[in-house]
Amino acid sequence: MVPRDELEAVLAVINLLAKYADCIDTDALEQWPDMFTERCVYKITTAENQARGLPIGILYADSRAMLKDRVKALRDANIYEPQRYRHIISAVCITERDGAIFGARSNFLVVRTTADGTQDLFAAGCYIDRVDFSGDRPRFAEKLVVLDSDKVDTLLAIPL
Amino acid sequence: MQRETPIWADRDLTRVPYALYDDPAIYGRERERLFLGATWNFLALECELPEIGDYKTTHVGDMPVIVVRAKDGKINGFENRCAHRGALLCLERFGNARAITCVYHAWSYDLEGRLKGVPFKKGVKGGGGMPADFRQDDHCLRRLKIDRHAGLVFGSFDPETPPLADYLGAEIADRMGRVMPKPVKVLGYNTQVLRNNWKLYVENVKDPYHASILHLFFTTFRINRLSQTGGVIVDDSGGHHVSYSKIDQTAADNAYREERLRADSQSFGLEDPSLLAGRDEFGDGITLQILTVFPNFVMQQIQNSLVVRQVVPKGVDRTEIKWTYYGFEDDDDALAAIRLKQSNLVGPAGYVSMEDGAVGQFIQRALPGAGDDSAVIMMGGHGTESQRSRATETSIRGFYKKYRNLMEI
Repeated sequence: MVPRDELEAVLAVINLLAKYADCIDTDALEQWPDMFTERCVYKITTAENQARGLPIGILYADSRAMLKDRVKALRDANIYEPQRYRHIISAVCITERDGAIFGARSNFLVVRTTADGTQDLFAAGCYIDRVDFSGDRPRFAEKLVVLDSDKVDTLLAIPL
Repeated sequence: MQRETPIWADRDLTRVPYALYDDPAIYGRERERLFLGATWNFLALECELPEIGDYKTTHVGDMPVIVVRAKDGKINGFENRCAHRGALLCLERFGNARAITCVYHAWSYDLEGRLKGVPFKKGVKGGGGMPADFRQDDHCLRRLKIDRHAGLVFGSFDPETPPLADYLGAEIADRMGRVMPKPVKVLGYNTQVLRNNWKLYVENVKDPYHASILHLFFTTFRINRLSQTGGVIVDDSGGHHVSYSKIDQTAADNAYREERLRADSQSFGLEDPSLLAGRDEFGDGITLQILTVFPNFVMQQIQNSLVVRQVVPKGVDRTEIKWTYYGFEDDDDALAAIRLKQSNLVGPAGYVSMEDGAVGQFIQRALPGAGDDSAVIMMGGHGTESQRSRATETSIRGFYKKYRNLMEI
């Protein structure tokens, strides 16, 4: 259902972001690609690249199939120590509307806990989202993850 | 941890003492003998400094430096440290300036590093000021010797360092030119923080032996790698290397025929194979070229993903990898899209590189029990010669050959 006003859109996006963070933080990554439209953009970059208009960041996908490949690689191919994230996402502000697609911005912090119990603030930044409400449920048509720092500690395996 | 005797003693190049990775005395000696010594250190891509006054802050070893395009169009390099009280001069990663001015007391230098301004030099109302024996010319910025190759800017603190072309040798210089054949543009930056000694990362880059064992992406998705041929080139000094692989056309044709017999081969592949839809942009069939310049510079071509990496030491057990992704000014839209997509192969989240962020740390964390023990690097023999097989550690032995010569240990 397409939101009728800004407040409805805020609630719908908060709900989507909550489910998004939940599927990552509970290691239900197989559900993660379906939170995006089939043709979509998911990109992790840095504020510096963003400000300078540089296209390459840290991770880029332009289809749901690429996101599925990422999950399969994490499960079956890539080697990294067990770790989990805890997303804390701020309130949402709706920035634009284009038919059934709403632009939204929010801030996030991700704490990473590794197998030996070490906890670090792994990432801080903002989500610049375009949410498509035209389908059976809202999905990200575009999710731009802009990190405040250009530094990534050790490696980035699980998506942000 | 201070050691009186050379830690290598009589051991040959097939052993690397673990003490090299956590001894503060070794770290200090590396700064003095390698990074301040007769080596060329990567500073910048020329395209990062297009205009007069454009500067970039970077590091030689762990020492902060400034690279700037001067009024005559040449590139100069200085230590990023005021000659007065030692404060950092430039704080931004990139900028443009007519003069370099310290924020602390506003001592000011021109783009040649000459001290041009000292506020209140003559004192205030007849009091204070610099004494008569203060000579402004004695307080210039510490200058780097600069040399360039294929759009890459290198610097050396040692005026005796031979020219860059001699340092690299023809074979390495040619391979650098191969991935820098025309005007370059930067496509993005990021930094990967590693919790291990810088040399563990350099060894990893110089080690083709681990590639198909640690990085399982290609094999998991059954992306055919058998039809590849290649080798490892080590220069005479030992310090630089190139490892490469290319399509062997006969083997590729055979593999393709076998592939067609296997009806279910599709089910193993990527759901979105566009990730690997590349282009033979250099026209020689080489799909992978990893190159290092001693001590800490890496150039990488993996398919159409082009990157330079600078390995910055940050203490005995911490390292930052500065990733700079590049393409060419004449890239068409399709090639730009390929580079963007293939950036997924490399970097901190790279399908075939993320493990490299962790393996060095696995060694670093195991060091407390290592004592006087040494790592074993015997794959491919005892020497440092170029080899056709990639199941070799020859270029790691080469690195330590040059390292020991400069370190005198």
